[in-house]
Amino acid sequence: MVGKRASPEVIENLRKQIGSDKSILRQYVGYVGLLIRGEFGRSYYTNRKVMDDLILKFPNTMKLALGAMLIATPIGVLLGFIAAYRRGTYLDRLITTVSVVGISVPVFWIGLVIMLIVSFKLRLLPPSGTGDIRFLVLPAVTLALPAVATLARVSRTSVIEILDMPFLQAVKAKGLKKWRINIVHILKNALIPIVTVIGLDFGSYLNGAVLTETIFGWDGIGRFAMEGIIKRDYPVVMGTIITGTVVFVLINLIVDITYQYLDPRVRLYARKR
Amino acid sequence: MTARGKIAILVIVVIFGLSVFSSYITPYEPDAINLDSLKEPPSLSHPFGTDQKGRDILARVLYGGRISIGVALLAAVLSMSVGLIIGLLSGYYGGKFDTAVMALVDLVLSFPSLLLAIGISIILPPGIYTVMIAIAAVGWASFARLIRGHVLSLRESPFIDAAKAIGCSHGRILFVHLLPQCIPLALVMTGLKIGGYILTEASLSFLGLGAQPPTASWGSMISASRSYLVSAPWMVLFPGLAIAITALSFNILGDVLSERYGSRLQTH
Repeated sequence: MVGKRASPEVIENLRKQIGSDKSILRQYVGYVGLLIRGEFGRSYYTNRKVMDDLILKFPNTMKLALGAMLIATPIGVLLGFIAAYRRGTYLDRLITTVSVVGISVPVFWIGLVIMLIVSFKLRLLPPSGTGDIRFLVLPAVTLALPAVATLARVSRTSVIEILDMPFLQAVKAKGLKKWRINIVHILKNALIPIVTVIGLDFGSYLNGAVLTETIFGWDGIGRFAMEGIIKRDYPVVMGTIITGTVVFVLINLIVDITYQYLDPRVRLYARKR
Repeated sequence: MTARGKIAILVIVVIFGLSVFSSYITPYEPDAINLDSLKEPPSLSHPFGTDQKGRDILARVLYGGRISIGVALLAAVLSMSVGLIIGLLSGYYGGKFDTAVMALVDLVLSFPSLLLAIGISIILPPGIYTVMIAIAAVGWASFARLIRGHVLSLRESPFIDAAKAIGCSHGRILFVHLLPQCIPLALVMTGLKIGGYILTEASLSFLGLGAQPPTASWGSMISASRSYLVSAPWMVLFPGLAIAITALSFNILGDVLSERYGSRLQTH
């Protein structure tokens, strides 16, 4: 910060000023204290407060993640249901195979391929930038692809498990209408693992956001993190990673809380304790 | 075994062969710059085309496979070994040590994995060893949890009582009696995880945290070709296909393994 040839007094003064003359433990405690107060320091390059930039960019990442979730959830669950109902058929095998492909293809690569086809060959949507819904579609679709794949897999397993349960014969014997069986009896029971995956996927959106936002130039915390990594801008990297983790943990907590609304057994168990 | 599983294993063997024997397959050096053939589209002499420095992309994909697959495999071995030892000790000794280890496991698993790996790899200088350490630092936790659960059930079985009765030391029980029982389970888990590790390696290299230029790895090749997406799409296409096919084969292998040994992996 002061250059290689600075005099020892200048270095000593600076060390005192920023506190690096204290012990590692004292420094760390101080750092954690600052984090709790939401103080991530200033970027080495722009000298802007990391927290201010995070607040500015966070809504963009949320927009992207919500967009991806809105695309992924209905498609993924629907595919899983179709595969489960047509278990063992050609269609089932097709959906299962496509979903393994979906989790194996790197997000950053499929993003570039989609961009090449949709933006550069067909010229339908802008290739990159931040703005209205036209800019949001491509990154959201890219981010949604692996989520569709995992959701389809999990819903398929979960629905198959319920289709094999004896109570379904009972409701069929009662003569309930098909849609009622599907929605009330099957969907509701299959929902728990599905909700878990939707929650976990939100975490993977944060992972994927680093890559997707970088490719599509979407001005969220993912791209912010990537720029920080390239420039070795540590306050920015730490700030983005900590924010991502906090959001991830919070979402997992929300998922855990929703369980008791979905499954009365969880509620009973909690009460017994 | 299903046809799917057989094909997956065959593809993995072929990819291994291609990477190991890459110097016999292509006449080009992966790092040889040739200014006479810049950004050439795929042709007979360059089946995958050339990049902005005239390097043969087929050669780079083949040699890059050594790095990408090698790093993922070594990261898997590292995760497995660390997880195996910690899981063994934690399950066998139990008590406060076990509680502390499981708290740590929960902590690691509650991070978004790629973010944690990024966080670890920026502390260290970029390179393939950093990527390995970053993957293993996240990966050991799921192994430790699985092995611990297995040891907890094994610990109560009569052959451990017998071993104690004839006076075996803790070390002997741990490493001669318990360890061999855990290895098959750990190997199945490794098979499940490698596909993911290939993708993580690719992502970290794409972010510039992995193998440094001019060394080719699949992720860094895509990252370097991004600016030529329109003028030379083959530069992006082939390394990505290589990642996708490799990860796909390992993931199908993982599916086959979990169908076969699924019930034993339930504790995970």
